[in-house]
Amino acid sequence: MRDLYARFGGGLATVFLTLVLLWVAAMIVAPNLMMLDYALRPNLPPAELGGPRDVRSLDNIMYLANEATHRAIFFKTVWASALVASVTLVVCYPIAYWLAQNATPRQLGIALLLLIIPFFINEVLRTLAWFILLAFRGPLNAVLQWAGMIDRPVRWQGDGGVLAGMVYAYILFMLLPIYNAIESLEKAQIDAARDLGAKPWRIHWRVVIPHAKAGIATGCVFTFMLAAGSYVAPALLGSPGSRWFTEVIYNWFFEGGDWNRGAAYALVLLALCLAVVLVTLRLFRVNLADVAK
Amino acid sequence: MSHSVELSGIGMTFGTTRAVADVNFKVEAGEFFSILGPSGCGKTTILRMIAGFIHPTEGRVLIGGEDMAGRGPNQRPTAMIFQSLALFPLMPVWENIAFGLEARGVGKAERRRKADDLLRLIALEGYGDRMPGELSGGQRQRVAIARALAVEPGVLLLDEPLSALDLKLRQHMRAELRALQKRTGVTFIYITHDQSEALAMSDRVAVMSAGVLQQVATPRELYENPATPFVARFVGETNAIKGRAVASEGGIVTLDTPLGSLRGRGSVAAGQGATLFVRPEALIPGGGALTAQIDRVDFEGAFALVHGRLGDGSALTASVGSTDLAHAPEPGAQASFGFAPEHAVVLADA
Amino acid sequence: MIQRALFIFYLACFAVFMFAPLLVMGAAAFNTSRFPTVIPWQGTTLDWFRAMWADAAMWHALWTSAIIAAAVVVVALPIGTAAALVLTSLHARARSFAYAVMVSPLLTPGVVIGIATLILWRQVGVGGGLALIVVAQVSFISCYVMLMVIARLQRFDRTQEEAALGLGASRGMVFRRVLLPFLRPALIAAGGLAVLQSIENYNTTLFVRGFETPLTVFIATKVRTGLTPAVNALALVMIAAAVIGAIIWEIRRRAR
Ligand SMILES: Nc1ncnc2c1ncn2[C@@H]1O[C@H](COP(=O)(O)OP(=O)(O)O)[C@@H](O)[C@H]1O
Ligand SMILES: [Mg+2]
Repeated sequence: MRDLYARFGGGLATVFLTLVLLWVAAMIVAPNLMMLDYALRPNLPPAELGGPRDVRSLDNIMYLANEATHRAIFFKTVWASALVASVTLVVCYPIAYWLAQNATPRQLGIALLLLIIPFFINEVLRTLAWFILLAFRGPLNAVLQWAGMIDRPVRWQGDGGVLAGMVYAYILFMLLPIYNAIESLEKAQIDAARDLGAKPWRIHWRVVIPHAKAGIATGCVFTFMLAAGSYVAPALLGSPGSRWFTEVIYNWFFEGGDWNRGAAYALVLLALCLAVVLVTLRLFRVNLADVAK
Repeated sequence: MSHSVELSGIGMTFGTTRAVADVNFKVEAGEFFSILGPSGCGKTTILRMIAGFIHPTEGRVLIGGEDMAGRGPNQRPTAMIFQSLALFPLMPVWENIAFGLEARGVGKAERRRKADDLLRLIALEGYGDRMPGELSGGQRQRVAIARALAVEPGVLLLDEPLSALDLKLRQHMRAELRALQKRTGVTFIYITHDQSEALAMSDRVAVMSAGVLQQVATPRELYENPATPFVARFVGETNAIKGRAVASEGGIVTLDTPLGSLRGRGSVAAGQGATLFVRPEALIPGGGALTAQIDRVDFEGAFALVHGRLGDGSALTASVGSTDLAHAPEPGAQASFGFAPEHAVVLADA
Repeated sequence: MIQRALFIFYLACFAVFMFAPLLVMGAAAFNTSRFPTVIPWQGTTLDWFRAMWADAAMWHALWTSAIIAAAVVVVALPIGTAAALVLTSLHARARSFAYAVMVSPLLTPGVVIGIATLILWRQVGVGGGLALIVVAQVSFISCYVMLMVIARLQRFDRTQEEAALGLGASRGMVFRRVLLPFLRPALIAAGGLAVLQSIENYNTTLFVRGFETPLTVFIATKVRTGLTPAVNALALVMIAAAVIGAIIWEIRRRAR
């Protein structure tokens, strides 16, 4: 703090500190604390606020634990998000490796530009593209029927559609961290491993993946978090049978009219994501500074 | 306008590191003053205290007789030239040079004119619109000097400004700096770990070791009359022979050493442990107290350096002028050297 | 050999996966069909572009998004920059704690940010609307700005600041003439990213939008209430604008 004042002088340093405090206090800490408080209080009519029934309890969270449908949706969201992260990892790893180690600078430039194009339009439009592609009477079914791979149109909307849409929507969040990590691996190490007679899978398992683990952890953490918190893909590509936890939360706010219960559900989602982040970082022995880059 | 600089009992402690301890000296206005010492001895720390980037934990800095306590670097009549130069890479050369004037609210036309004047002074006329990255090392060096001179400082502080240059350029810049100092009359405080640089350029030199001031003297005085064993060893080449003082009279000390009785200038009480220092060029081959086994002779042009080993195994270096090379001892031979007592210095051991 | 063939097959699949949806979406903008699709092809038309152009609600949504994005940039750039500067002047222990707090919004699901913002501001009587959208977006977009400024700061030579001070500059002038110009490229890039993030955002905005309809909400609503290829036309225009922008940026970067 003293450094800050010595470096920028009283006026500027005070401005900087005020801005940062405003951000951290009013936009990060206070909202989350208030959400916590909301989650712990019952939903009461205005007249009863501050009354004898306005006490903190875990009722809203217990409600989630006891309500079978919501509980099922929650766990489904967790494992489906994990599935999204794993599928994205598998899809991205080979191309990230190729871009980082084998592509010529020209190929690299073109590939990166092409990869970024879908990300210039927003998540809603990216998902909309899949919505059109996967439509019951849409192009995918037509092509597959024409190729003779299916006899009858398939109803893609539902779990499969959501998975495809999410992998598509978050692919860059997986690809870029892994690419960055593999890029810093010396080619000589791979050559050395090959020279020592290692098979390709062993080179990846023993040399490349350990080197890239921070990037892989980062990609997985972000993809999981984005998937679990996604609202568009399940709303557009899902079916009534594939509801997502965020949709339940949304309903508490704008249809059920119970903000307290909605806050409790949001809190559970937040806790889940933080837990996943911390566990993943611990498992991969990565620290936070490596993740946020 | 040049200023004097006085350090009075100055000290600096970083956490537990005592970087500078109780240093006192006064630099006269218009002087070329060097601070010499090995790397890590606290030179930069002293310079930064004078400039005001850090504040001494004890003692006072006076510039032009005024106490600088509480004044930041932008309120002192000093300008500093950094080891890394620290030119502003995103400003053209002329804006770099005129930066200090901009800080003082000088109008743009006037700034440009002044910058052009200074560019002429450093022989870089017409380079004003280049970016610093487009200049050579020596040119950047000169721009840094011009930038500092532009504010007409009373004191110019230079932190090893030539260390990044190659040998040839370094020697050229030495002469240029010296001439510039004479021309402008500004007080220069110059830091270096290179003793030949300090000796060649300075009016006076302060020698430091481990945060402690050893001696302040003219280059010649430093060389001929080192005040401490550290100065004797650090400034110039020397041979050191340990012993014990047995007599002291008329400014000449007699020392009892494993190599016999030796005499040199000094004032050491009888019975005290002391070391005799004698320069290579003071050693005269052919007859004398010191007998050495010659290892090799390095021809250096104007002279040759004879390296040998004394009876007790310690090294001995003597220098022989090229014209006397015929009389120089051969490698492998035994040779003896003598010296006049007034050419040797005896200093008490710490 | 087989490996190579397999890899090329994989690359091809990857390319199809990445671009087929975009191609289908783009192509559908030219199909006469009232519902956006490419099968069956009912005839080529530019009507949907005209429809989009004439859609006042779309223009209004775009305008709303633009205002939000501008406000987000104006607020998030100073906050992110200040955070980076404060962070780098903290001591190690305090720094890693503050850092964790400051990047936490990146690891928080967007819906949670929206919900928490909505709840907090309801306490003081502010409901969803433009102001709240900006606040909610700024809370996490500032992180991106901060990270980009930190990355740039790591290459800054602090002796430049000392040199400027030593030449008599005030602290303010050092900041304005030395540090700020150095940070400029990072600030421009961060500003661009902030605009993209703001316009693209849906999850957070959804909860704090009140009665406002920014572009993403507009499109999502269309999907439910009557999707026409006019939306595809809009998507195509946005992609084209982005690609052209990217190419111009790249050309200018190479020219330098
Ligand atoms: N900011 C600082 N914090 C801690 N120790 C320092 C700092 N600056 C210098 N020192 C220490 O003070 C001593 C003297 O450093 P310095 O003045 O840079 O030496 P020189 O310039 O003679 O090489 C060194 O031991 C150095 O490690
Ligand atoms: Mg130094």
